[in-house]
Amino acid sequence: MSAELCDLTGAELSAKLAAGETSASEVLSSSRGRIDAVEDRVGAFLTRTDQLASERADELDAYLSTGAPQSPVAGIPVALKDVLTTNGVRTTCGSKILETYVPPYDATAWARLAGAGAVLVGKTNCDEFAMGSSNENSAFGPVRNPWDLDRVPGGSSGGSAAAVAAGEAVWALGTDTGGSVRQPASLCGVVGLKPTYGRISRYGLIAFASSLDTVGTFTRTVRDSASMLQVLAGHDPRDATSLDVPVPVYTEGLDDGVAGLRVGVITEAFGEGVAPAIGASVRAAIDRLEELGASVGEVELPHAAYALSAYYLIAPSECSSNLARYDGVRYGYRAPGEHADSIAMMFATRGQAFGPEVKRRIMLGTYALSAGYYEAYYGQAQKVRTLVIRDYEAAFERFDILVSPTSPTTAFRIGEKADDPMAMYLNDIFTIPANLAGVPAISIPSGLDDAGLPVGIQLTAPALDESTLFRAAHALESALSLELRPPLLQGTA
Amino acid sequence: MPVEIDIAHVAKLARLDLSDDEMARLRAQLGQILEHAARVGEVAAADVPPTASPIPRANVYRDDVPEPSLPVDEALRNAPERDGDRFRVPRIAETGA
Amino acid sequence: MSGVSYEAVIGLECHVELSTATKMFCSCANVFGAPPNTQTCPVCLGHPGTLPVPNREAIARIIKIGLALDAEIAPHSVFHRKNYFYPDMPKNYQISQYDLPICVGGHLDVELADGSGTRVGITRVHMEEDTGKSTHGGGSGRIHDATYATLDFNRAGVPLVECVSEPDMRSPEEAAAYLRALRATLESLDVSDVKMEEGSLRCDANVSLRPSGTEPFGTKVEIKNMNSIRSLERALIYEIDRQTAALERGDAIVQETRHWDEDAGSTASMRSKEEAFDYRYFPEPDIPAMEPDAAWVDEIRASLPELPRARRDRYVETLGLKPEVARVLVGDRGSSALFDGAVALGADPVGAANWITQDVAALRNAGGGDGALRAEHVADVVALVATGAVSNAGAKQALEASFTSGEAVEAAVDRLGLRQVSDAGALGGLADEVLAENPDVVQKFRDGKDGVIGFLVGQLMQKAAGAANPKLAQELLRERLQG
Repeated sequence: MSAELCDLTGAELSAKLAAGETSASEVLSSSRGRIDAVEDRVGAFLTRTDQLASERADELDAYLSTGAPQSPVAGIPVALKDVLTTNGVRTTCGSKILETYVPPYDATAWARLAGAGAVLVGKTNCDEFAMGSSNENSAFGPVRNPWDLDRVPGGSSGGSAAAVAAGEAVWALGTDTGGSVRQPASLCGVVGLKPTYGRISRYGLIAFASSLDTVGTFTRTVRDSASMLQVLAGHDPRDATSLDVPVPVYTEGLDDGVAGLRVGVITEAFGEGVAPAIGASVRAAIDRLEELGASVGEVELPHAAYALSAYYLIAPSECSSNLARYDGVRYGYRAPGEHADSIAMMFATRGQAFGPEVKRRIMLGTYALSAGYYEAYYGQAQKVRTLVIRDYEAAFERFDILVSPTSPTTAFRIGEKADDPMAMYLNDIFTIPANLAGVPAISIPSGLDDAGLPVGIQLTAPALDESTLFRAAHALESALSLELRPPLLQGTA
Repeated sequence: MPVEIDIAHVAKLARLDLSDDEMARLRAQLGQILEHAARVGEVAAADVPPTASPIPRANVYRDDVPEPSLPVDEALRNAPERDGDRFRVPRIAETGA
Repeated sequence: MSGVSYEAVIGLECHVELSTATKMFCSCANVFGAPPNTQTCPVCLGHPGTLPVPNREAIARIIKIGLALDAEIAPHSVFHRKNYFYPDMPKNYQISQYDLPICVGGHLDVELADGSGTRVGITRVHMEEDTGKSTHGGGSGRIHDATYATLDFNRAGVPLVECVSEPDMRSPEEAAAYLRALRATLESLDVSDVKMEEGSLRCDANVSLRPSGTEPFGTKVEIKNMNSIRSLERALIYEIDRQTAALERGDAIVQETRHWDEDAGSTASMRSKEEAFDYRYFPEPDIPAMEPDAAWVDEIRASLPELPRARRDRYVETLGLKPEVARVLVGDRGSSALFDGAVALGADPVGAANWITQDVAALRNAGGGDGALRAEHVADVVALVATGAVSNAGAKQALEASFTSGEAVEAAVDRLGLRQVSDAGALGGLADEVLAENPDVVQKFRDGKDGVIGFLVGQLMQKAAGAANPKLAQELLRERLQG
């Protein structure tokens, strides 16, 4: 059965476009058809940009027909997590407080894709302000995992992950602060990349935790991930934390294989709390790496156990400050009715329009920073950060790549963990350390468990070494050669 | 031992109106979370320096060259309430913040 | 508690808006008086997803200020977020500095009216951003009876330098002198408009009293809303009186912030909150640390102009001006520039200084601004008076003309017929005539009535149609009378 255009990889579509075998409008039509077919069940999108997409596709086709140079992302449908600003297009962060907010500027990451000819199909649903691991914290309803509609897609970038898994977009952008790209990628059976902190501009990434937030990509293959990063990466003068270092050609050397690559397996990541099926699937994948010529050893990140605690002090602290601007004064929701004064209006606005998880983290962060507690909480957490960075530095002296499962569980049922914040936070246990240290990590599917749910393996590389990350992930992906098609799509056009 | 928190005080600092229910729930949850989070104290020795940012840089500046500002209507486009070319809000009490 | 005399302890916290081309963290133009919300962008409006990028020129200027105040420039400094909610705060946090400011320590030498001096220590100088402006509506326009407010964010994000003095001042006069000296220093650096009336220089005071001769500080009260140096002095006088009276009654001083009411001439308590502000400072994660290298700091140091203190010393020690005259000149940039220019053209310093601090000052106060006056005008006036070509009164008239139109002084003198004859030959002839025509007066003089010389001078002046140098006239007459 010949695959639908919307299910092809970006590389395949780009080749077809270059060869004149298809057009941007045709590709868009295919994606749109898929969205129409499944969106009412998946709920990946908060805003569809059909009109804009059509105009863009037409423009692209005119451009491509001139034979002008073509970027790998040109003419290909992309979705953006709704925490990335899009000029003139509503951006909500999955929150009531920004339900009607229309940004007056584009996020740099989006502007680069748009400038290269990407076609935006819509803004995807996410946990409110990127806080969550299941996409159940959206003010606008949950997203459902295309692999099992009663289960979560993961979070916070659940909409983007689901959209790519379901063929509604060929690829998508998400954001990863504690695992919010890698974990949903793992639960949805797609490739999720979190590059080095500062590699992609954060300008227009609506801030949750400033020292942790990273733009990330959802793709079907590692090659597509490398192609997207090529367009996204680079210094941005509007972001003082963006790195001013050269961008390598990421697709170069992708096929060089892993002979002699030193792979470190993180021992703590296979202990209690990790489903046996996950452990087995990931170990099998590691064995494939060894068969391909990698030398495999064991490594410890001794302070990774404390990373979760540090994260749940640093992220809420920064978020409590980043979310202070939502006060009903200049944009967004304002509590209706009369108010005694402006401050009372702020209390009411924020009380009414923030969801429970957001409130929880604002409160946590406010407390951790408040007078008398800074040293005990935020100050200590930043020390753990130093220790985690040192752990990685030591590990990378002995190894080129570190591996572990991405998530301790496969997709859990909607509602299963919603009442237990601590249980929910544990979903990020393997992903958080890379955010604290700022190092790049990627999740690729390693297989399905007995229930037919995707399992992901996470590879981590030293800062700015995405090239090695891609090379190793690509080699493994090719060796595993998985054919992943969610049941939702069996029999769909 | 879960940590004891003055929830009402924190909510005030954060400018969040909370219902009694919310306050009770948050008091319990935050206490639990902080108990776990406080574990950082176990390894955060005095001689370990804090790291504020994972990829530290220094001296990042911008040239002092003006760029066009937003047109007034763009600046006010999302305003919940507008008064001519200004944002309008309820009265500002004397004590301020 | 009579019999105890109290000593005032005063510290000043000044905020200086820098006159850079753009704001502190975004590229909006930094201009005063633009129509509301026309100088804003997503960054300074605090839109979601925006990020701050520091203005290099602003950092250069604060380093310059620090160097001018003899402060240490920190090799490593950091921005912090100061978190509090207020409608004119776009992010509800201010990017400021906390325990690692750019400039630490320093001092400012201050001269008082009686010529005595004092050194006021500087605690720190740090960088932050200004807020938007709120206007109160629906009532009298004052905050207390307003029903709504409107906001203009043009000023939000303007670079703001905060300069905190040590509590070294002991009188309202010292505080006013400090503010004057600080203002003059900042003006000489060309870093800010430093106009209190426009808000580019603002000042809050901290005042406490302690029994004279004791060490521990009393409870300090913060005073806000003083819009001029005069205002500051009045407010401090009032506050010291208020605290003195309270202490004499046996009342404790409440630590609070008080608002100076210019019309009422008093300070009033701002309704105090139950809790002090908890700013929850933490390092700004969006901006890397600042580590200005020695080369940059040296470059800035080399660009420092002659500072007011050094200029004052040069005027007194090298140019021979009296200290109080030097102080007046140095206190005003326009006057200083005129003076330096005139001296450079060869004018006698004392003469130039007198003309500038008296007549030019009067003209400026009357008309506002410098008019069309330039250094050469002053130099010419001084020279003409020195040679006797014009009388003082005549010179004053010519100066006024030049001030108004920029006309060259010589041209004004000729046009207005102000030249007085100082040619001994010409006048000598007229003197002979006067003596010949008034033999009886001459006789009176020779008999001992010295006073009649005035009449004879008057006669000579008439003959010269008023354009005679009266001193010379008298000299010539006396010569002949004695001969």
